[in-house]
Amino acid sequence: MQLTFHIWRQKHKDTSGAFNTYTVDGLSADMSFLEALDVLNEHIIATTSDESVAFDYDCREGICGTCSLVINGIPHGGGKGKSGVTSCQLHLRAFKDGDHVTVEPFRARSFPVIKDLVVDRSAFDRIIEKGGFISVNTGSAGDANATLVSQKAAEQAFDTAACIGCGACVASCKNSSAMLFVGAKVTHLASLPQGQVERSQRVKQMVEAHDKEGFGACSQTKACEAVCPKDISAHSIAQLNKEFLRATLAAK
Amino acid sequence: MKFDACIPQGDLSCKWKTHKNTMKLVAPANRAKFKVIVVGTGLAGASCAATLAELGYQVEAFCFQDSPRRAHSIAAQGGINAAKNYSGDGDSIHRLFYDTIKGGDFRSREANVYRLAEVSVNIIDQAVAQGVPFARDYGGYLDNRSFGGTQVSRTFYARGQTGQQLLLGAYSSLQRQIGLKRIKMYPREELLDLVVVDGEVKGIITRSLIHGKISRFSAHVVVLATGGYGNVFYLSTNALGSNVTATYRAYCKGAGFANPCFTQIHPTCIPVKGDYQSKLTLMSESLRNDGRVWVPKHPTTRDPSSISEDERDYYLERIYPSFGNLVPRDIASRKAKEMCDEGRGVGPSGLGVYLDFSHAMKRLGRKAMADRYGNLFDMYHQITAEDPYTTPMRIYPAVHYTMGGLWVDYNLMSNIKGLFVAGEANFSDHGANRLGASALMQGLADGYFILPYTLANYLASEQLQLLPLDDVAFEQTEEAVKGRLKSLLAIQGKSTPQHFHRRLGKIMWDKCGMSRNGEGLKEALAKIDELEEEFWQNVCVRGDSASFNQSLESAGRVADFLDFAKLMCVDALKREESCGGHFRKEHQSPQGEAQRDDKDFSHVSVWQYPKQDQESSQKGPSSAYAQEHREALIFDNVKPSTRSYS
Repeated sequence: MQLTFHIWRQKHKDTSGAFNTYTVDGLSADMSFLEALDVLNEHIIATTSDESVAFDYDCREGICGTCSLVINGIPHGGGKGKSGVTSCQLHLRAFKDGDHVTVEPFRARSFPVIKDLVVDRSAFDRIIEKGGFISVNTGSAGDANATLVSQKAAEQAFDTAACIGCGACVASCKNSSAMLFVGAKVTHLASLPQGQVERSQRVKQMVEAHDKEGFGACSQTKACEAVCPKDISAHSIAQLNKEFLRATLAAK
Repeated sequence: MKFDACIPQGDLSCKWKTHKNTMKLVAPANRAKFKVIVVGTGLAGASCAATLAELGYQVEAFCFQDSPRRAHSIAAQGGINAAKNYSGDGDSIHRLFYDTIKGGDFRSREANVYRLAEVSVNIIDQAVAQGVPFARDYGGYLDNRSFGGTQVSRTFYARGQTGQQLLLGAYSSLQRQIGLKRIKMYPREELLDLVVVDGEVKGIITRSLIHGKISRFSAHVVVLATGGYGNVFYLSTNALGSNVTATYRAYCKGAGFANPCFTQIHPTCIPVKGDYQSKLTLMSESLRNDGRVWVPKHPTTRDPSSISEDERDYYLERIYPSFGNLVPRDIASRKAKEMCDEGRGVGPSGLGVYLDFSHAMKRLGRKAMADRYGNLFDMYHQITAEDPYTTPMRIYPAVHYTMGGLWVDYNLMSNIKGLFVAGEANFSDHGANRLGASALMQGLADGYFILPYTLANYLASEQLQLLPLDDVAFEQTEEAVKGRLKSLLAIQGKSTPQHFHRRLGKIMWDKCGMSRNGEGLKEALAKIDELEEEFWQNVCVRGDSASFNQSLESAGRVADFLDFAKLMCVDALKREESCGGHFRKEHQSPQGEAQRDDKDFSHVSVWQYPKQDQESSQKGPSSAYAQEHREALIFDNVKPSTRSYS
């Protein structure tokens, strides 16, 4: 099959970017979207004097959270009723021969472009630094079965701990909010008995870090939920607000 | 050079305890004087860096990914073993030790494996305390499942994403220490060489993948936790960034490389679809519990539903009536390849066998099957657009893990003083074949519970000086690194690094993959030489080294794979026996099973980089001329036996 890609090209963060158009033939419906970009890059090297298109990838099985493309306006390109997909798990079956496909980086003030489709998401790591953990030093843990966790709590913790930190929630949000990302971590740790001691401090510090990094507030459109490749529910944002309120009231 | 494992004296079960009691310590107030570099932030690296920082050492951590959370440990599915005996089914440290050493086909060290089994129990405690959401039973206690080849339930799991959850646990500890300013983290920063002076590691040279800046870092100790080299085959279940550069560079600086030919090929992966394919995806081996493996008796391209029962060959059930579809990984993989070599493979490429669930569907019904395997079936469906509930899955073996790695002693230190190696990057615990759910266990054992002790012992025992960054050794190493980048950019050829990588992978898969023979390995060595020649004349790397340049990154990694591949072939050639994942066609029983030779090969092969000869080029001397040393394996506590499954 043939596709025409309109790809965002930007040399580095301090230059402006623009779309370049490339038509590539000989693609196959079984290819993953990133494999199609591999083919595009071979094509660019063979037929032009351009550099290949820079884009992030690693595991290519939907778990590392590295890939970060906005495809036809949708982070990861899944779209309606097709969440649960990372860019690397989107296949060309989703397109028709001759389609035009627009590919952009995740766009947000807090995710500056490094080159072409590659962005800097280190803001997420800095948020985790401020409280996305339980303070336990190696060796000081008691026996694992000494603390019981109900199946329900373990399931809820898992559902939110499944976040891969890709940033699609931010890219989809008109306010560039990372509340789903923060909400997922806060909910994960607040669901477990081990997370109780630091519960209040954690949510306050993480929300503060979130705001400081320049992410916006949530206005409840749930665009984040619709594109989340791990189907993390917008309930975790409600949970985040609840935890925040609890922490601030408790402080009074 | 002598490769002495430095195994403590005494009874097997007391070695680690005694060693811990006699090793030297660094007092809390002195720890901040020591600088430690940790390269790689997977399970081994992140757990090690976090623990050392908690203890008070100055830590600098490096990863090539954009965040430490993305290291490839994240992709592990099944679970993590621990000898907790929570199931009360008779598990013990000794049993876990025995299963692991037997699973490795008696090619690993007793003392290391015993220690691994010993500390396995602490890992679960630590992970639970960090908030890792392991599966629970109705009473709120931790749940276990059983895993390939063992007779007890000792595998802890978090759905099919155990690696992700354990890594995020270690990452959270790492981030906590970064926030406390006890770790300086360098993401998107790749190690390109090590600085070694008089057999002692002094620091590393790195390149920023964002702006290309080359930097020098000095330290008292360097830990490499940089993973395995499965991507030498191009197609594997590894992440695309996984590479051999760090361990290969250490080897070029004098570190011994142990058993490089020991690779694990996993039998149940989604088959290759086309030349463009970049990655193979694993389907958990648990599927073999309810799936039956077959190929047509005679080559055909017909739809599987039109192939009647008596036209099918359920070959595993036929050849191994007692174990059937549940034979170990290495055997299941080899037999699938044989079927395809006979021309009976299925699917468009002919490289696939059926894993058929229709009998289980009839027996259990769709709902029960969905409960057991739903997420795997969905994943398969997403990738292949075929529905495994109604059509048999097509599977084929793929490279999954490398048991070989840098040689380390009992303290996990290589023969370069101060250079420690952890996780998949070292060779120490899995022998010639790794058991399922043991990789996570080993990575975390090394990082949380072994290195923090042995590293302190080293720091306290030696008079160590930091090498100033303007020392000539740093200068020279940096010049060499820059020279190499410059030569890659100067070639201006026609083919991308991926093009060469793909061709290398094909040679390795054909000649040094699931089964090997002397003639094929020699052929591979000649072909790799040619390919390497061509690479250095015709690789195309555009852009420059002072900016984000993925093609330059990849060219450097492929260049290292090209030479390293020869070392694997040389090792495979020299090991004239079959054991675990290493199957030499010349060494098989009349029934076609692996034939080990304990008389001549009960040892670790440790390879050292050949000395520079006159014909040196930018790519250095060829590993085809590496020098072999041997560390004898001594079994005082278990008796090596022959595995039989028919």
